[in-house]
Amino acid sequence: MNDMTTFDVEKIRRDFPIFEEKIHGKRLTFLDSGASAQKPQVVLDAVKSAYAETYANVHRGVHYLSQKSTELYEGARETVRAHLNAESLDEVIFTKNTTEAINLVAQSYGLMALKPGDEIILSYLEHHSNIVPWQLIAERMGATVKAVPINQDGEFLMEEFEKLLSEKTKIVAVTHVSNAIGTIVPVKEIIAKAHDKGVPVLIDGSQAVPHMQVDVQDLDADFYVFTGHKLFAPTGIGVLYGKNKWLEQMPPYQGGGDMINRVTFEKTTYATGHSKFEAGTPPIVQAIGLGTAINYVNEIGFDKIGAHEQSLLAYATEEIRKLNNVRIIGDAPHKAAIVSFTMDGIHPHDIGTIIDQAGVAVRVGHHCAQPLMDFYDVPSTVRASFAMYNNRDDVDALVDAMQMVQRFFA
Amino acid sequence: MMDDLKSLYQEVILDHSKSPRNFGKIEPHTTEGHGDNPLCGDQVTLYVNVDDAGIITDISFEGKGCAISTASTSLLTQLVKGKSKGEATELFGQFQDMVTSSPEDTNRSEAPDELKVLAGVKQFPMRVKCATLSWHALKAALENKAALATSE
Ligand SMILES: Cc1ncc(COP(=O)(O)O)c(C=O)c1O
Repeated sequence: MNDMTTFDVEKIRRDFPIFEEKIHGKRLTFLDSGASAQKPQVVLDAVKSAYAETYANVHRGVHYLSQKSTELYEGARETVRAHLNAESLDEVIFTKNTTEAINLVAQSYGLMALKPGDEIILSYLEHHSNIVPWQLIAERMGATVKAVPINQDGEFLMEEFEKLLSEKTKIVAVTHVSNAIGTIVPVKEIIAKAHDKGVPVLIDGSQAVPHMQVDVQDLDADFYVFTGHKLFAPTGIGVLYGKNKWLEQMPPYQGGGDMINRVTFEKTTYATGHSKFEAGTPPIVQAIGLGTAINYVNEIGFDKIGAHEQSLLAYATEEIRKLNNVRIIGDAPHKAAIVSFTMDGIHPHDIGTIIDQAGVAVRVGHHCAQPLMDFYDVPSTVRASFAMYNNRDDVDALVDAMQMVQRFFA
Repeated sequence: MMDDLKSLYQEVILDHSKSPRNFGKIEPHTTEGHGDNPLCGDQVTLYVNVDDAGIITDISFEGKGCAISTASTSLLTQLVKGKSKGEATELFGQFQDMVTSSPEDTNRSEAPDELKVLAGVKQFPMRVKCATLSWHALKAALENKAALATSE
């Protein structure tokens, strides 16, 4: 399948119809893939075909279309399983997004495992969706949430983590890549250290899966979650990978159709495997779109995607550093292609509005990571996040637009 | 493109954002109001003195914000000082009508010229909240029981 010996970013750009659009009459410089990625034509086609040619509910009919739809939907599960190198299909649960996957684990595992006085360890790099679900269950169960600090460069402090790990720790939940500043967190080491103490680990892979190959068995992750829309797939689909040994013990998260074995008013028995956690009609078409997106990125190959993005990151960092009065937030040696910055005396919101007029789309704000913003003592930053379809012209357009902002406020 | 931007970031706005008026905390104050913009994390606190007749005798603010929100707050403080609570509420209504595309009350009179410099915000729907944040904070302050607000 892999016939691309070199990485051709222009060819990839042509696969994404959005790049034909003009924004305020300008070329689109899309540097907001960290919030949500654009969709390639193959994904749009798969979505259309799933509705126009094969649509029916899954797992519920004996007729042709239901069977066809079920095959495609379950085929997407196999694509996800193979992509993550999960041991079995039962370990791949489809959710709405990362947020739902984390809430599922927090509520279900939390209900089963937490007692008053227990502790949950997170880090300062977390997205709100890997903080708030834990606070909710902690409050309910009388447990406490602890956060591993970082250094000024934005690196996870392993020694501090080891200090926090104790018999009270019942779960560790950390991000693989920081959405706000790009730090790649050494999750394999974190998992090994937690396992030494018998503590399971959830990894929030939302920002990792678009940039790198993930092998859940190699990491030995207990739970690994991500959201499809950042991986060039439709919205409304996410994945929870969980080791069977945990999923088997965990109580259902939501009740409804498809998650049962037999229902009577006296007692209901639950389905096993992933079905136990998939109540109701699932996001069928979105899952099919996710499968297609995964096949698409794998045809290109993460070795090439990673190399391309790292060279863009280096170029962007170098060019932004040349500007006066600009501060890059987060300077970890291992970073995904995300550059967060502030400009002296100019608020990120104003920067975002002004550079938008030049067709440059970035995220401005706290990036749902307020504890991290507090750590750096900034209310918000500008974040340029790169994906495989970005090129050096995008970096140049960003830097030009930043200079325009400086002239504007001069 | 520059035209829309120039109408949003008029000289007056840039000036007020760089050197905001009535910045700081007046002590004592009879009431205060807080505004949070969850979108960007910006915060503003207004400190207000209202006399027995319901007149805003003094007002100041603290907080971090973008050029639009800082300028809007600065202009607000200048404008409402000396006004009654009712007049301030009326100004809020006029301001909202001006920056949102569908005015609530078409019979209401137009916003005064001092506020019209912010009319460009209307072209930038994502920024309307920045402009109205401090007005919401003012409303909160004026609805506050004075004793409650100052006791914290
Ligand atoms: C690191 C991280 N975790 C979680 C999320 C939440 O993803 P979603 O909103 O799709 O649930 C995001 C993205 O917004 C993210 O970047």
